[in-house]
Amino acid sequence: MYISFDRTSSAAPARSGAVSRVSSTVVILGIVSLLTDVSSESVAAILPLYITSALGLSTIAFGFIDGLYQGVSAIVRIGGGWASDRTDQPKWVALLGYGVSALARVWLLVATGFAAVAAVITVDRLGKGLRTAPRDALITASSDGSNLARSFGVHRMLDTIGAAFGPLLAFLILSMLPTGYDVIFVVSLCFAVLGVVLLALLVPARRPRAERLPAGAARPTFRWRNLADPRLRRLMLLAGVLAVLTVGDGFIYLVLQDRSSFAAQWFPLLYVGTNVAFFVFAIPLGRVADRFGRARVFVIGHIALLGAYAVAALPTGGIVVTITCLVLLGAFYAATDGVLAALAGEFTPAGNTASGIAAAQTVVAVGRLIGATGFGFLWFAAGREAAVVIVAAALAVAIAAALVLVRPLVAPKVVA
Amino acid sequence: MNGRMRAITALIATVLLLGGAATYGVTAVVGAISQRSAASALPAGIGEHNAERVVFRNTAAGADYGLVASVPAERPAAQRDVTGVPCDRVAAADHALLCLRIDRGILTTFSASVIDDAGTVVATWPLPGLPSRARISADGELFGFTSFVTGEAYATIGFSTAARIVGADGADHGNLESFTLLIDGQESMAADRNYWGVTFTDDDNIFYATAATGGRTWLVRGDISARTLTTVRQTAECPSVSPDGSRIAYKKNISTTASAHWSIAVLDLTEGVETVLPDTRNIDDQVEWLDESTLLYAVPRTDAVGDSDVWSLDADGSAPSELFIEHASSPTVVRP
Repeated sequence: MYISFDRTSSAAPARSGAVSRVSSTVVILGIVSLLTDVSSESVAAILPLYITSALGLSTIAFGFIDGLYQGVSAIVRIGGGWASDRTDQPKWVALLGYGVSALARVWLLVATGFAAVAAVITVDRLGKGLRTAPRDALITASSDGSNLARSFGVHRMLDTIGAAFGPLLAFLILSMLPTGYDVIFVVSLCFAVLGVVLLALLVPARRPRAERLPAGAARPTFRWRNLADPRLRRLMLLAGVLAVLTVGDGFIYLVLQDRSSFAAQWFPLLYVGTNVAFFVFAIPLGRVADRFGRARVFVIGHIALLGAYAVAALPTGGIVVTITCLVLLGAFYAATDGVLAALAGEFTPAGNTASGIAAAQTVVAVGRLIGATGFGFLWFAAGREAAVVIVAAALAVAIAAALVLVRPLVAPKVVA
Repeated sequence: MNGRMRAITALIATVLLLGGAATYGVTAVVGAISQRSAASALPAGIGEHNAERVVFRNTAAGADYGLVASVPAERPAAQRDVTGVPCDRVAAADHALLCLRIDRGILTTFSASVIDDAGTVVATWPLPGLPSRARISADGELFGFTSFVTGEAYATIGFSTAARIVGADGADHGNLESFTLLIDGQESMAADRNYWGVTFTDDDNIFYATAATGGRTWLVRGDISARTLTTVRQTAECPSVSPDGSRIAYKKNISTTASAHWSIAVLDLTEGVETVLPDTRNIDDQVEWLDESTLLYAVPRTDAVGDSDVWSLDADGSAPSELFIEHASSPTVVRP
C-alpha cells in the first residue's frame, strides 16, 4: 500500500513524471478522506459487536436504521451539491459535512443505549452525504481535462486505504483490549478531527464559478437548467440502468461462502479483500480512463462485475475462485466509482459540478438500492445460483447496449 | 495565516492528535495488562461433575473475563469454577460444550466449536458473523447455533441471521434457510425470511426456533426429517422448551413502537395459554430452564460495558425476578 501511496507524492521517482500532474489539493483531499474513513470505518466495523456484546442488545433494529439513512443520505447529498454550487463555496460546505461527522464522534464518547448510538450513526451519515458532492467538485476544480479520472483515482485510492485500514485498527485494539470500545471511539475522534483540521488549513477555498469569469463580469447564479447537458442525462440513464443490475457485494459473498470453506472462514472480512483490490487498481484505471475515454472505461468496468458474477456462479469454490471474485469486484469499483464523478464533472459547466456529481451519484445509489431489493426477492424465488445467473445475463445485455449508447459520451479529443 | 504558518499548524495538529490517540490507546492497554494478575493454570474443560451445575460465561472484569465458568445449581453464589475456555456464547450438556467465539485478532473471524470434558475441540465450524444463540439437545446429540451475518454485507442485506443444526455424529442438517417455512399452513416464499434461536425437544427430530419475515416473528416447530418449519404462534422469539416438554418460554416484543421491548412469556403447549411474566426490564436473551418452575436469563449491567448478571424468575409469574449469578451471561444448565 505504501508503494502506491508514494507514487502520488511529488518526491516519487520513476513514474512520477505523469502522476505528479495531479494537484496537491487532490492529494490533501485524499488524505482527509483517508483519515475520515479510518475514523468512520473503525467504528462501523465494531458497531454490531458493540451493540450486541457491550450494550447487550440484538442488532435487529439496526437494519431498520440503516435502510432509513440510505434514503435520507440521498436527499442530503443533493442538498450538499446544491448548497455548494449556490454559494460557490465547495470547501466550506465540505468542511461542514466533515465537521458534523467529527462532532458525532464526540457524542459517541458519552452515548449510552441503542437510541443514542443510532442517532450518532445517522448524524455521521448525514455529514457524509453533505460533503461528498462538494469535495468531488473541489477535485474537479483542481484538475484539468487530461487528468480528471486519474485525480479521482488518486483520491479514491487514499479513501479506500482508509476504509481498509480502519477495521484492522479497530480489531487490533479489541484484540488487546476486549472491552476497549472507548479507546476505539477516542482514536476515531482524533482521526476525524485531524481530517477536519487538514481540510480547513491546507485546502484552498476554490470558487469554481467565480474563477471562470473575467474581472468585473456580473456574477452568474446557479440554475438547475445548467444540468440540462444531454450528455449528463445520457450518463445518468446509463449509470442508473447498470446500477439496478449491481446487486450488492454482500450477496456475492454469501454465494461464495456456500461453496468454499475458505470464503466461509473469512466471510466477515471479504470486503477488506475487495477494498484492497479497489485501491490497487484506482490509479491505473483512472489513467486508462483519461487516455481511452472515461465513459467507455465506466461501461467496460461493468464487465469486471459481470466476471465476478460468473465466477461466483461457477459450480466450484476454493481460494482461487474467491480471490478472483474479490479482485474483479475491486476492479469494478476502481473503474466506475471515481470515473463516474469525473464524467459528471466533465458534463456540467463550472460552478454547477457539485450538483451534477450529486445527481449522478444519487441515481447510482438509488439504482443499487432497487437492485439489491429486487435481487433479494429473486434470491429466494429462484435460488442463489439461478439468481446470480439471471442477473448476469441481464447485465451482459445491458453492457452490450451501453457500449453502443456510450459512443456520444466519448469525446474525440480524449481518444486522440 | 500564510502558507508556511498553515503547514506548521497542520503539522502540530497532526502530531498532537495522532500522538494523543496513541497515548490514550497505549495507556489503556498498559493499564489492562497490569490489572491482569499472573494467569493461573485453569482447567481446559468443565470436567466431570456429579451434581447439577449452571455453566455460564464469566463477565467479571479481570484475567478471567470471557471464560466459561460454572457453579453448583444448588449454590449459585458459591465460588465459581473457571475454565481456560473463552466463549462469547455457550451451551452445555453432559460431556459436551458448544462454544461460539469471536476469534479476536487484526483479522477477526467467528467460529462454533464443540469441546469435550477434557477441553479437546471435537468439531468446529466457521460462522458468518457475531455469535448470537447456542443450544445442545439434552442427550448431547444435536447442536444448534445462530450467528448474525456481518461484514460489509450488512449494509446491503440488512439485518440477517444464520441458524444451523449439526449432529454429534457429523451429520449437517443445514441452515434453516433451506427448510420449507409454512406460515398458517401456507408455504412462504418471502425474500426476507430469517431464522434464529433454536431449542431442542426430547425427540431429536423435533425442534423449535424463531422465524421472521415482513417485520413479524413466529415461534416455529421444526421437523428435521421432513425439513419443514411450521408456525405455532406469532410474536415469539428465542424459544426454550421446558425440561418436561410441556411449556415453551420465549421473549415477546410488547413494544408498540419501532424499537423493540422484550418481556419473557411462557406458553403452555397443551392448553395454548400464554403468560407474560412480571420482569418489566427489556430482556434480550434466550432463557434457560433451571428446573420445571424457574427460568434463568442474563440482563446487561448499566454500570459497566460488557458486563451482565444472570437473573432467575418463577415460570408461573408468581414472584418478581431475583439476582442469581453476578457478573455472568449465557447461563446453561447441565443435568448429569
